[in-house]
Amino acid sequence: MKGYTAALPSGEAIHYIDRKRWLWSLSVFYPLQPLMGIWLHAETGNEAWLLLPLFTGYVVAPILDWILGEDRNNPPEVIVPQLDQDAYYRFLTYAVVPLHFATLIGAAWWAGTQDLSWWAFLGLAVVAGIASGLGINTGHELGHKKSRLERWLAKIVLAVPVYGHFWIEHNRGHHRDVSTPEDPASARMGESIYRFARREIPGAFLRAWAIEKERLQRRGKSVWDTDNQVLQSLALATVLQLGLIVLFGWKMIPFLIVHNVFAWWQLTSANYIEHYGLLRLKDQTGKFERCQPHHSWNSNHIFSNLVLFHLERHSDHHAHPLRRYQSLRHFADLPTLPNGYFGSYLLSYVPWLWYWVMDKKLLALPHIDGDLDKINIDPHSKERIVRKYGKSAEND
Amino acid sequence: MTDFKCPECGYVYSEEAGDEHEGYPPGTSFQSLPDDYVCPDCSVRYKEDFEPG
Repeated sequence: MKGYTAALPSGEAIHYIDRKRWLWSLSVFYPLQPLMGIWLHAETGNEAWLLLPLFTGYVVAPILDWILGEDRNNPPEVIVPQLDQDAYYRFLTYAVVPLHFATLIGAAWWAGTQDLSWWAFLGLAVVAGIASGLGINTGHELGHKKSRLERWLAKIVLAVPVYGHFWIEHNRGHHRDVSTPEDPASARMGESIYRFARREIPGAFLRAWAIEKERLQRRGKSVWDTDNQVLQSLALATVLQLGLIVLFGWKMIPFLIVHNVFAWWQLTSANYIEHYGLLRLKDQTGKFERCQPHHSWNSNHIFSNLVLFHLERHSDHHAHPLRRYQSLRHFADLPTLPNGYFGSYLLSYVPWLWYWVMDKKLLALPHIDGDLDKINIDPHSKERIVRKYGKSAEND
Repeated sequence: MTDFKCPECGYVYSEEAGDEHEGYPPGTSFQSLPDDYVCPDCSVRYKEDFEPG
């Protein structure tokens, strides 16, 4: 296996082997599961195989995260420049881009040409949507980089989930405003995921639109100019989805609606758990403090990290947004999710259970220590939370 | 004409070149950028965090 050598500041040589090197290819293959389900359906005639990705995502992944547990290894800092330059890691993020298109087109083809029962048709749309939601994760990893190629691939892959505005919204909006009450993509304590979705989905689009509009105005252009980066990816998405309707008929309309909603829901789920209740405080100048590792919930669960390009090492990602996935670090004493993302999503879908597990964890964080003024609280739930957990310091 | 560098990600704002993509024409001084300016590459450093040179 490929190794890297570098000298420590002390002069001592250090040799490092990335034991996860080949395992990162799981992030490339994981989104192909709907095609695997189709193949098994074709082979056996049993439609239930089409639902295979639901079983892996919501049963197998949380159990594997629970059994395999956490991986807290970090690459030595002196090795990171070599790790970042190793083209292999980058290649994996390029390779998965066409596979996201293949998965959507393959699932649409099967749904459009086979005589499926209603639940299998619906299930196939749902699992295709979940796979395209992983396309947002691919676009996320690519879109944070400086190279033109990676930025373009990000915009292209975001056409699959019809979420082209994400590139602007996430990099220029969410990272700027994260863990503040101003961020539609940071969940507040006491806010259920269902309430959050109604704030996040429109809020994120409007913020992306406003950011692009402002940039185009500075350039003396109309917001409808072809230079509008939100519209560029949206145009590609329109061509793709209209193409599927032309190829496979009217059945594609309900299929694509369900697909799109479930793709967006994957991002909503991730956004919901990633910053729940966390708050950056304002400094003397009235600006929010710079984002620190303790402003994101983290997970070191190895299986789900390997299928998500290390997205769950979210604290380091927000503190250092351009760091490549293979180099993201674990830190001690971070806000830590109880399971990987897939298990945590399930928890968040049952709001009372989510509050029961997470509110205690939130209040117990070392930088919060029970102080409600250091938490991003949903105004609708504030009264209930103050009654339950004590007065906030400002009312003392 | 000075360059200003983001201490987090290394993005450089050059007053000479401006940043056409962001809508700041060549010759736009760093001082005249909006007060709520954030690094266009990483978005996690504010205007006052940029270092000249």
